[in-house]
Amino acid sequence: MTDVPDSGQFARSPAAERVSASLKRRYAAEKRFRLYGLVSILAAISFLLFLLGSIVSNGYSAFWQSQIRLEVEFSKADFDPKGTDDPKVIGGANFNAPIRDALRKLFPAVEGRANLRRLYGLISPSAPFTLRNMVLADTSLIGTRQSVWLPASSDVDVFVKGQIDVSVPEDARRIKDQDIAWIQALQERSDVELQFNTALFSNGDSRDAEVAGIWGAVVGSFYALLICLVLSFPLGVMAAVYLEEFAPKNRWTDLVEVNINNLAAVPSIVFGLLGLAVFLNFFDLPRSAPLVGGMVLALMTLPTIIIAARAALKAVPPSIREAALGVGASKVQTITHHVLPLAMPGMLTGTIIGMAQALGETAPLLMIGMVAFIVDIPGGPLDPATVLPVQVYLWADSPERAFVERTSAAIMVLLAFLISMNLLAIILRKRFERRW
Amino acid sequence: MANPSEHIVKSYDEELKQLNTLINRMGGVVETQLDGAIQAVLRRDPEMAERIVKGDGQVDEMEQEVGALVIRLLALRQPMAVDLRHIVSSLKIAADLERFGDHAKSIAKRAIAISQVPRIPAPGLDRMARMVQAMIKDVLDAYIEGDTNKAIRVWRRDAEVDQLYNSLFRELLTYMMEDPRNITGCTHLLFIAKNVERMGDHATNIAETVHYQVKGTQLPDDRPKGDDPSFAIADHNG
Amino acid sequence: MTRHLELKTAVMNKKSEDQTEAPLRNVPRTKISATHVDVFYGEKQALMDVNLDINEREVTALIGPSGCGKSTFLRCLNRMNDVIDICRVKGDILLDDRNIYDRAIDVVQLRALVGMVFQKPNPFPKSIYENVAYGPRIHGLASTGEELDEIVMSSLGRAGLLNEVKDRLNEPGTGLSGGQQQRLCIARAIAVSPEVILMDEPCSALDPIATARIEELIDELRANFTIVIVTHSMQQAARVSQRTAFFHLGNLVEVGDTEQIFTNPSDKRTQDYITGRFG
Repeated sequence: MTDVPDSGQFARSPAAERVSASLKRRYAAEKRFRLYGLVSILAAISFLLFLLGSIVSNGYSAFWQSQIRLEVEFSKADFDPKGTDDPKVIGGANFNAPIRDALRKLFPAVEGRANLRRLYGLISPSAPFTLRNMVLADTSLIGTRQSVWLPASSDVDVFVKGQIDVSVPEDARRIKDQDIAWIQALQERSDVELQFNTALFSNGDSRDAEVAGIWGAVVGSFYALLICLVLSFPLGVMAAVYLEEFAPKNRWTDLVEVNINNLAAVPSIVFGLLGLAVFLNFFDLPRSAPLVGGMVLALMTLPTIIIAARAALKAVPPSIREAALGVGASKVQTITHHVLPLAMPGMLTGTIIGMAQALGETAPLLMIGMVAFIVDIPGGPLDPATVLPVQVYLWADSPERAFVERTSAAIMVLLAFLISMNLLAIILRKRFERRW
Repeated sequence: MANPSEHIVKSYDEELKQLNTLINRMGGVVETQLDGAIQAVLRRDPEMAERIVKGDGQVDEMEQEVGALVIRLLALRQPMAVDLRHIVSSLKIAADLERFGDHAKSIAKRAIAISQVPRIPAPGLDRMARMVQAMIKDVLDAYIEGDTNKAIRVWRRDAEVDQLYNSLFRELLTYMMEDPRNITGCTHLLFIAKNVERMGDHATNIAETVHYQVKGTQLPDDRPKGDDPSFAIADHNG
Repeated sequence: MTRHLELKTAVMNKKSEDQTEAPLRNVPRTKISATHVDVFYGEKQALMDVNLDINEREVTALIGPSGCGKSTFLRCLNRMNDVIDICRVKGDILLDDRNIYDRAIDVVQLRALVGMVFQKPNPFPKSIYENVAYGPRIHGLASTGEELDEIVMSSLGRAGLLNEVKDRLNEPGTGLSGGQQQRLCIARAIAVSPEVILMDEPCSALDPIATARIEELIDELRANFTIVIVTHSMQQAARVSQRTAFFHLGNLVEVGDTEQIFTNPSDKRTQDYITGRFG
């Protein structure tokens, strides 16, 4: 057609005229609405970026740890005089001495007990344990002289990372000018280095920030979540199946449904109190154990799973059920062979989201005692343990400068777990999304 | 028609009305054709006879129109029950009316021939023709009104037509036996009478169709018949 | 013709199958007999005093306007209405002289005897093979894998689907076209060797060619199965069935031979419906 219509206007019937008159107003309203949406999203994103930015900027430095290189003499006389090669004997030796000897060799000019103590203070108090583990792992070291990297104390570490304001008068800071001089001497010889902080991921908690790690908390979280999953998933799914498929639709079931929805909104600390009263006091289960923590978390996650599972079951179209019944399947067969498999992706998604929420719970676990200072990595669900968010809380509470960055680092690890769990839920949902 | 309530789709009703109108018109035309043909015979009017012969073309056209409308209705409306019977019956009635018209045309042709031979008195013919005219008029009324009783009465009247035909047959035979010069005229008259008798049969066919259309059942097979001339043997002896 | 009808009715009214009488040619046996059936949805009555006999190895069509109760009646025949809480069924429905609402009857077994095909094709979201094999498997109709294969193949063959899917049996059933899906559902229904197949408007979601295929299939199936079909299309009922029952506002208005119903029905309501004088 060679006819070109003028700016999108159609024939002049009166109705069409009124429509085109109102168009301008409608488009303006639409633009405003989209603007509001855009502004809201930008505001939310900027808050998020601000939060993440501040955490990351505080925490990334924790992934590096200052290490000092020392020439350590693994003399036979110190470690295994009788040559027994017995781990107990080797393990019982004094590992502090070789470190101090090495330090004195580096700075022979230092004299006096006070000065020497300061010198020895350059190395982390946990360095002997590092040395011990090294020797026990490789007993051939005995009788040699090695260059080993040992963790510096947290004060040195904090100074090396430039987190200390050295313009402040000496009495107002922990690190003294003498320490600084020694550190600078070591730096000139490249005997001080920032290395990747594997201790953060492999050690349990410690008073010494330089060797404090999250592994204990991670294992504790793992056991707690495992118990939570094992308890809440089957119970939640079966409760949802019963409520959705078998329960008669009367006032009682309505009441149950309302209460489940309410439970999902109950403050988590109430579950902690419940756990304290019932599991610890009444049943006398071990305190601070991931078992109890898992049980409390299971109570909290159960309503979430039940609600998600019910929604997934409702989403299965009745035509599938009718088809199964029509072929002669019993009600239970219909549910187990047809409805559940189709509802399972939705249930799994809900469960993963519930688990992610449980991972981040602190308050109820505080009530049941998972707040203690636990150094050992828990061996099983009955050993005392702590969880990641509680670990964050404990470190945040600590006054030492070095723990500031570690708190943020632990938060980053926690967030990484949460994001990956939620991502998994999204992937699962997309993958199994079905169009009927 | 018999069923007073209307279809939900109004155009369906209009098309059925169209069918009825066609049949009516056709009926009117063939009534006129018969009337004209008999008049041509009785008045020995060859011009009128010619007009009647030409007029048969219109009847044939109308039958084709009915046929086309019926095909259209069957294809487009998928008629059921009474509508189906109505439409199929209209087709049959149109066919009968067309044959009716053909007979009128044959009569008219013979009228031309008869006008050229000496007149033969045949009072029975006029009576027969008038009876058949009444039959066709009544049966078409029965079709319009859906009146099966009227149709059955028409159906029965054919017996009288047959009897009239028998007596006319015997009469003409005697004329032919009396005087051989009458044979041409009487033979034509015989054929004319046969045509009229066949027209009566067609009228009864239409009556049967009307009954089926309204009731959905056939009339019993044994219609009272009276034409035994088939078995009549002429007595040549005096 | 009237004499034939009289004889038929007389035999059908007999409760016992009297074999000592000389078997009359083409007289069908009653497969399902419904007497004084009332169905209530809560307070509302959906079916009123329905008395209907379904003959063996015949296709019986149930027609009527929307909401007249024909689907409700159909679903009573295999007790699918049990799934609806507020539905109550009164009266007797006999399958081979056994009341299907009797407490002793196992509804799972009933549904293996009386299969159902639904309006919208609803294959399981499993493979084509699994769709057909599910029924026989749960009813234990096959003891070995080969037997199960045979049942699946023969069901697909009888449903007229085998040639189209024989080399993709492991593909999901939901990947087929609408007409093929419906034939798959029919294959699934016949795989459990039912005696009766109920069809609730099986072609309403299909195009005319697919519909014609299904109608041909119904014609073939009626040699071995009793079929009851609910349909909105009177032409389909006319094409496919031997007996037709007309429902209106919960009442069974008329039932008779299909030919008679569609050329000369006895009840004015039937006539008005099938000629389109009211919806």
